[in-house]
Amino acid sequence: MERPLTRYIHPDGSPRLLREYVKDGGYRSLHGLAAGMGPKDLQRLVGESGLRGRGGGGFPTGNKWSFVPMGPDASKPKYIVANADEMEPGTFKDRILMEGDPHGLVEGMLMAGYALDAEVGYIFLRGEYHRSAQRLTQAIAEAYAEGYLGKPLPGTTFRFDLHLHASAGRYICGEETALLNALEGKRAIPRAKPPYPQTAGLWGQPTIVQNVETLYNLPHIVNHGSAWYHNLSRSNDGGTKIYGISGRVTHPGWWELPLGTTARELLEQHAGGMFHGVSFRGLLPGGASTAFLTEEHLDLPMDFSSIPPQVGRLGTGTMIVLDDQTCPVGFVLNLEKFFARESCGWCTPCREGLPWVARILESFEEGRATDDDLALLDMHAELLGPGHTFCALAPGAMAPLQSALKYFRDDFVRHISMGRCPWSNKPAQLRVLV
Amino acid sequence: MASIIVDNRTYAVDERKNLLAACLGIGLNLPYFCWHPAMGSVGACRQCAVKQFKDEHDRCGRLVMACMTPASDGTRVSIDDPEAKAFRASVIELLMVNHPHDCPVCDEGGECHLQDMTVMTGHVYRRYRFPKRTHRNQDLGPFISHEMNRCIQCYRCVRFYRDHAGGRDFNVFGAHDALYFGRERDGTLENEFSGNLVEVCPTGVFTDKTLFHHYTRKWDLQSAQSICPHCSLGCNTTAGERYGILRRITNRFNSRVNGHFLCDRGRFGYEYVNSDNRIKRALLRPELDRTKPAKPEGVPQVLEVAADRLRRARGIVGIGSPRASLETNVALRSLVGPHQFFLGIDEHEHRLLSTILNILRSGPVPAASIQDAEESDAVLVLGEDLLNDAPRLALALLQSVRQQPMERADELNIPRWDDAAVRNVVQDRQGPLFVAGYRRTWLHDYATGTYFGAPDDVARLGFAVAGTIGADAPSVPDLTDEVRDLAQRIADALTQAKRPLIIAGTGSGSHATIEAAANVAWALHQRGKQPRLSFVLPDCNSLGLALLGGGSLNEAFDSISQGKADTVIVLESDLYRRAEQAKVDAFFDAAKTVMAIDSLEHRTTAHADVLLPAATYSESDGTLVNEEGRAQRFYQVFVPDGDIVESWRWLRDLARAESQEADGVSGVATWCNFDDAVADTAAAVPEFARIGEVAPSAGFRLVGQKVPRQPDRYSGRTSMLSHLTVHEPPPPTDPDTPLAFSMEGYRGPVPSPLIPQFWSPGWNSIQALNKYQEEVGGPLREEMPGLRLIEPVATKAPFWFTAIPRPFQSPPHQWLLLPLSAVFGSEELSSRSPAIAERISEPFMSLHPSEGARLSLEDRITIELALQGTTYRLAVHLDPSMPAGTAGISLVPDVSGVRLPAWVDLSEAIKAGRKRRVA
Amino acid sequence: MLTDIERHELEDALKHYPDKRAGAIDALLIVQRRRGWISDDSLLDIAQFLGMTGDDVDSIATFYNLIFRKPVGRHVAFLCDSISCWIMGYEQVRAQIKKHYDIDLGQTTRDGRLTCLPIACLGHCERAPAMMIDQDVYGNVTPEKVETIVEKYK
Repeated sequence: MERPLTRYIHPDGSPRLLREYVKDGGYRSLHGLAAGMGPKDLQRLVGESGLRGRGGGGFPTGNKWSFVPMGPDASKPKYIVANADEMEPGTFKDRILMEGDPHGLVEGMLMAGYALDAEVGYIFLRGEYHRSAQRLTQAIAEAYAEGYLGKPLPGTTFRFDLHLHASAGRYICGEETALLNALEGKRAIPRAKPPYPQTAGLWGQPTIVQNVETLYNLPHIVNHGSAWYHNLSRSNDGGTKIYGISGRVTHPGWWELPLGTTARELLEQHAGGMFHGVSFRGLLPGGASTAFLTEEHLDLPMDFSSIPPQVGRLGTGTMIVLDDQTCPVGFVLNLEKFFARESCGWCTPCREGLPWVARILESFEEGRATDDDLALLDMHAELLGPGHTFCALAPGAMAPLQSALKYFRDDFVRHISMGRCPWSNKPAQLRVLV
Repeated sequence: MASIIVDNRTYAVDERKNLLAACLGIGLNLPYFCWHPAMGSVGACRQCAVKQFKDEHDRCGRLVMACMTPASDGTRVSIDDPEAKAFRASVIELLMVNHPHDCPVCDEGGECHLQDMTVMTGHVYRRYRFPKRTHRNQDLGPFISHEMNRCIQCYRCVRFYRDHAGGRDFNVFGAHDALYFGRERDGTLENEFSGNLVEVCPTGVFTDKTLFHHYTRKWDLQSAQSICPHCSLGCNTTAGERYGILRRITNRFNSRVNGHFLCDRGRFGYEYVNSDNRIKRALLRPELDRTKPAKPEGVPQVLEVAADRLRRARGIVGIGSPRASLETNVALRSLVGPHQFFLGIDEHEHRLLSTILNILRSGPVPAASIQDAEESDAVLVLGEDLLNDAPRLALALLQSVRQQPMERADELNIPRWDDAAVRNVVQDRQGPLFVAGYRRTWLHDYATGTYFGAPDDVARLGFAVAGTIGADAPSVPDLTDEVRDLAQRIADALTQAKRPLIIAGTGSGSHATIEAAANVAWALHQRGKQPRLSFVLPDCNSLGLALLGGGSLNEAFDSISQGKADTVIVLESDLYRRAEQAKVDAFFDAAKTVMAIDSLEHRTTAHADVLLPAATYSESDGTLVNEEGRAQRFYQVFVPDGDIVESWRWLRDLARAESQEADGVSGVATWCNFDDAVADTAAAVPEFARIGEVAPSAGFRLVGQKVPRQPDRYSGRTSMLSHLTVHEPPPPTDPDTPLAFSMEGYRGPVPSPLIPQFWSPGWNSIQALNKYQEEVGGPLREEMPGLRLIEPVATKAPFWFTAIPRPFQSPPHQWLLLPLSAVFGSEELSSRSPAIAERISEPFMSLHPSEGARLSLEDRITIELALQGTTYRLAVHLDPSMPAGTAGISLVPDVSGVRLPAWVDLSEAIKAGRKRRVA
Repeated sequence: MLTDIERHELEDALKHYPDKRAGAIDALLIVQRRRGWISDDSLLDIAQFLGMTGDDVDSIATFYNLIFRKPVGRHVAFLCDSISCWIMGYEQVRAQIKKHYDIDLGQTTRDGRLTCLPIACLGHCERAPAMMIDQDVYGNVTPEKVETIVEKYK
């Protein structure tokens, strides 16, 4: 089985630096460009490959690129931004890539820059990823020294500059337009769309924001072609995917597997099943902002098109497992506290609704909740849903809540009827009825 | 036009609007917070949600934010849809989660947009049962009170203060549900437009601190249209009164003038009306003995003595006032005769005004309104300090610099109302704004080109621009390369613009800059462009007075000193602000009788043998002509106590008393009501002929009724005077206007000058404005936005101004002292208002650091400067923007008598000042 | 005033942007790295250097998680409190720190050595619970290991 994304990563996690990277076939994609592949060819190739954005949205990359103005009249400069603000709870795939194979990102950025005739790139890196920062800084310096960056690429007139920007930390920076504001040194508030970044992004210029993992795919598509890439996958969408699992499983970790691998295979074969003595209740397939999948969904291929929209979505593909020893209400409370804390504060439902939800869940855990509170949770799950808020943060926050209310409703009710959390050994609250 | 379907009814709306504005425009009620008609949409509050359907078969629809949805043809939405209604109620519920519900003690109560919207959505019961967040408030200075706990985070304040008004000392802090809107640390809000926060904030976070000191609910305010008297722009305001105290000023929308916003001088400068220094009784100097102070006497007696003096006068000098209404000035002119009527401005200012009037009258280029300025796409400012002399115009320029960059958004099909999106596209790109003058202000931060030079050099730059643009316009010899390049850049920007604007004025006292501005505008006109001109003037009625015509103050002085006259009537003016102290002293000493009519005590009234208490703008009716030539009417708000009446009534009474024994009366003596005053004013000069059309006349009635100044819910009327009388006295009559000092009368649509205050059922806040407009942001229904008295008739420039000054050079040991006006302090009346007075800076002198070194003056030291016979204590400010060979003197009340510009030997003046101090 | 080193680092960072103000976040991080936190004075130093006002910079500083507007200890321990770490027992780690060092989240030891702060998912979920002290990340932290880890930071 081919594992293009992680082929350069040493098992011990040490970084692969330039000489070794080149020796193993790194920067080979540049030969393709030198051989006469034009930006339009590259765009077409990526479109044909079926590559879809790996940040969680799964938007077809070729499609996304098609909105960037091309040609001599296009507004200049154009920017490529790598969204390396990996902060989705439960998600660690980009870190693995950047720490183990920093040049892969540089090469991916070069390909994207070339395809879109964008001369400047930024890697918007999460501030806490110090090791990634260090290795990327070194890789960028090496690439400049080697002439991959800052000079016209061999056989072309295309010249690319790449900068690393370390974030000062906010989950919302992962939202692509908020990220642009952060990169401009502003508060990371999502922007109104339209205009989409493709036409008016960073400093008002055409900009593509792409997830790190997506960018790692590009050199391989250039090297091996779209058909090869497409065939890597077990589904309609092309390529491999880095999947991960955390929670009470025997071997939490990450694996590069064909897109479309089932959750059951991941859980049972790769993660070695649940801890001894605990059993599976559900999982979030791709970070905190995806809906729960339960036993009945385990055989669904984990890709962008197989999970029915009413059930959920793949998200980042790094799964968090809920077991029977963990309170699902507490689980959701932890998520909602996170979302409430990370709301940017721009629009009303998200800013005011999420803390309210968190407080209600807290009252469940403390044994103070009533039936009205359950109704309020249902209301918020609707109220903060898609289309009602300025960006996707609050709807993302509601995905696990809404699905938990569906699959684990009995557990919510038990918190009310018992006057305490059934998973806690704290005594029940005395209830004063007025 | 687009046709949209709202709840199955079809409406024709402007497709360039968003759905929210369109719905409000057709009279539908839809709640909102973050959207503002002048600031557009950002989609933050989510309050204006409606359900949008794809077509008539779509039964599901989806929620959209009306403010973010274009009103394109065929749009089908429902406001009444149950899901949309429930969503809107939920949003209010969320906004109320942390709101303190302190309406009874909140200054916003009764005119709170949050209250109105809460009632509109029907949110009643509170379900949030957890603690509320609390904040510490900040001291934001004398204008604004801060109560952050009430905040609903609509972001309007920060969008207004920073994005619209260019302020940098205010912001939003924090994130998620811990947001704070205020300053980085306590301190006075520095922006000249901070007062608008009071109206921009939909609830009581930012409230009017001056109102707080004499608080009254909106429904208890007796109100009427006013025109701001504190600069030459003529912004429309609504003045509100109760118990004989003027309580506050709010913005009054005028689509051609101030739109939605006022400056702080205009908003907070009103309190002089309530001053302890008001003249309330008629005063008479006993036996007209100058050694004795004037004392209150009965009005008939005062008038009798005054009339006697007038009858026996060898000649009467009447000194009119550029801060008094046209009618009042015409009254004086009628009393003393046109040849004895003088304008109350010195010769220098007189000449500047005449030139400006000549340019506007005989040239082909029209004057710009503030709205024109806002829409200009290239601006050249020659010599004016707009932030200090005409702040609202500066605010307009902050919008004008966005005009060209916004064309980028147009190309991307982003509608202009989509504010956040437009700003993302525009970023920091700025359209052309060139500012030339001798003083740096923060407006320069928004300029694409600046030039600092003495007025003569600024004029040379202007002439150079004109010479570059106009084929036969005179060119300027021996320019430096730097100035030539700048002139070329300016000329290019102006010629490439669609709506260029040239601003000059009287601020720097330079005749040449005014002429240069005319040349630039005329050259653009010659090139087939459609430029506009704007001249900033000293006072609220400067142009009206110039149109009326009359001699200068110097001629009035001559008239007395040459013995042609011995009696003086000074109308609403402190001559010590308008001429050198020694000259005024001599003038009063030489006059046998000095009569003064004014509202506040000042140095001139102290010389009056007969002093008559004048009504202020809020106690009288009148017409003012702003710098654009727009005549606008202000209406009396309340009846003052004491002997106070309108100045024109004093003049009428004087005229009648004087002519008692004559055969018949004519002119002002025949005036019965304000309509008579208007009629005679209309006859005074041809330009005033249509002055009666500015606003409805006194006889105007709707359904046979007058329009009440008091709101429906005006409380306590029957007991307001119970401490004086147990009977309820009838309300005062108003013979002068169609307005009544009463709650009774016609309530319904009225011509705009008669709207007492903006209010509509369910819309208690100033947002009720929507209900007075045909189209949101557009003109008021039945708007009478004033009457422009001067429109160009010439099709080409009558001539070129050719008096190009030589490059500025100061003679040895001579410095050109230039005026530095102050938004807080330079205008006479507002300076006497406590809140403004608190903001007046210490008097200072600005110098270039090299001049400081030459004179051995260090930054921030205090000096004593002997100037025109008086010694002033001034702080020294070393300011690199001041041109060499000049020094700026701040025009604050302590220094108001200085006549500038003037040449002075500073080293001598400072030495003399020190000596005088020792003596 | 910014120190020469700070100014030098900041000037380097500014080369990446077409607009000086974009450097505000870099500036905050650079100054904080040297001074531990962003005091009101530091804030104004940065503002002055970038041609901004204190209000401009503070609005940004207070938005982001990793900018400290209050003093912190010599070392900062970030405890990941997100979902995977919560499942795997982050609360026991927190309790151990509280017990041993007498500080809870948001507090600093009396000797000014250590500040403990919560942090959103550190991206080490496969080794939960995770914590980061200064720039070093530790996975599979148990209450027993806490002391050994923290003792490396004096």
